[in-house]
Amino acid sequence: MLTLAHFLTLGALLFCLSAAGIFLNRKNVIILLMCIELMLLAVNMNFVAFSRFLGNLDGQVFVFFILTVAAAEAAIGLAILVVVFRNRQTINVAELDDLKG
Amino acid sequence: MTRMDFLLIAPELWVVTMTCVILFVDLFLKEERRAIVYLLAMVTLVFAAIITLRFDYGGDPTASAFAFNGSFVRDQMGDMLKLFSYFVLAMVFIYAKFFLRQSRMFRADFYTLSLEALLGIMLLISANNLVMVYLGLELLALASYTLVAYDRDSAKGSEAAMKYFVLGSMASGILLYGMSMIYGATGTLDLVAISEAVRVSGSDDIMLVFGLVFLVVGLAFKFGAVPFHMWVPDVYEGAPVSTTLFISSVPKMAAFAMAFRLLQTGLGDLQSDWMQMLSLLAVLSIVFGNLAAIAQTNIKRMLAYSTIGHMGFVLMGLLPGTAESYGAGMFYVIVYALMSAAAFGMVIMLSARGVEAENLDDFKGLNRRNSWYAAIMAMVMFSMAGVPVFVGFFAKWLVIQAALNAGLVWLAIIAVVFSVIGAFYYIRVVKLMYFDEPITEAPIDAPVDFRAAISLNGVIMLGLGIFSGSLIQICMSSFGA
Repeated sequence: MLTLAHFLTLGALLFCLSAAGIFLNRKNVIILLMCIELMLLAVNMNFVAFSRFLGNLDGQVFVFFILTVAAAEAAIGLAILVVVFRNRQTINVAELDDLKG
Repeated sequence: MTRMDFLLIAPELWVVTMTCVILFVDLFLKEERRAIVYLLAMVTLVFAAIITLRFDYGGDPTASAFAFNGSFVRDQMGDMLKLFSYFVLAMVFIYAKFFLRQSRMFRADFYTLSLEALLGIMLLISANNLVMVYLGLELLALASYTLVAYDRDSAKGSEAAMKYFVLGSMASGILLYGMSMIYGATGTLDLVAISEAVRVSGSDDIMLVFGLVFLVVGLAFKFGAVPFHMWVPDVYEGAPVSTTLFISSVPKMAAFAMAFRLLQTGLGDLQSDWMQMLSLLAVLSIVFGNLAAIAQTNIKRMLAYSTIGHMGFVLMGLLPGTAESYGAGMFYVIVYALMSAAAFGMVIMLSARGVEAENLDDFKGLNRRNSWYAAIMAMVMFSMAGVPVFVGFFAKWLVIQAALNAGLVWLAIIAVVFSVIGAFYYIRVVKLMYFDEPITEAPIDAPVDFRAAISLNGVIMLGLGIFSGSLIQICMSSFGA
């Protein structure tokens, strides 16, 4: 029998995975964008699980909003990525280091 | 949905309508008539202020009115912050127009994106539901990311936008994770209902405290408080100065309102828990912000670290959790927005032909080139440093007093010591302007509206300092102090 704790553990695992991905990844900006999406999906997992086990629909409605915003966010993220690539001919995270101090 | 609901969100409806109108009008405008967009944006702000002012609470400053099943709230605090948002944004528009014209970036996008960000700010200020908080925040954030990348051909700008995007989205994710935990612990998304649920369950609920930690981390990212401040200097430096001007001023007021709604309205009963976290953030921000600013030679970076220090003071205003301290924090954040707008306005004024006056050396000998603008910059710097008579002093004083009254003597001592240390780099700018030789003798010229706005903004530093009583009174009364 799957309990709330199982879903929360899954959500937490996905969340940690995405956070680790953001901090450890030094190669590719697209992977960063994927990690951000994964983070939002981890949160969605939490909301849906709580919503199901609390018998309250609010959480699922919130998930719809998060999904929509995540789509907009991905669009803007990719647009910025294109601008970065046009200006620097690279999307390597380690090379994005002009700003320091 | 009743008529009342729409009456309450009338300012937001007006702003969103006008943003669409401006987008549409711009399609039919020729390059040389772009100024119409600017005029429409200003009209939007003026009428938004009128609409906001028209709402009547019946004389009780602490009254609040709810719309859309409690997801939206109007109260005096929100209205004051919105009015100052319009005012500061109008300043931003005037300053930015001069810079954008010079650097050939005078497009309608700046105005539509800023107005969309303003809409996000207004929703964030009035949010009374976790969904609204998130939507307002994202509307503000998405518009800000785009504004940072406004100069499409700038390598620095696009890098700053990428960093801002990644860290900002991560902060939103962390905030959302906290929200999901709070939802799980209380079973509701409405902030008022959350506070009732928290009162019943108490602070022993581990899930609630867990959620609170994530919420505070997300908030700290948005404030740019140490240790979640990495994005602030990079974004300030990389973004075109017109954008830096915007993101350093208006969104701070929304951040204050968001923190107040989430922490006080929603989780007020966990005050003893979040007070400790916020005091750590506040101390680190004040100490690190002021120390790191000393080492900067780029004025945008210097002001970025100074922002971090100032946000420490705003957090210090939030953390005692008394009506008096919230009033002080609100006053501080309003004053900070005005100071920051003036400081970046001066940076724009010295930027000749689209080349940003990024370095502190550009301020050398300003007094000899134009003594009035040197005096304005001096007033802004004295105000930021917290020299008496100028308004920044009263802001710091109120916050420190509120901390003292709440028994946080150690925090007050640290704040005083580091604002004295911080005064060094502000006064260094004054020294550069008055006692050093100018590196260029080029005369400073700016359009008349720019000169009027920056003069007004500078005089506010002194005028609001001498006549600070009524604004302080309004801020305090919003929280019933």
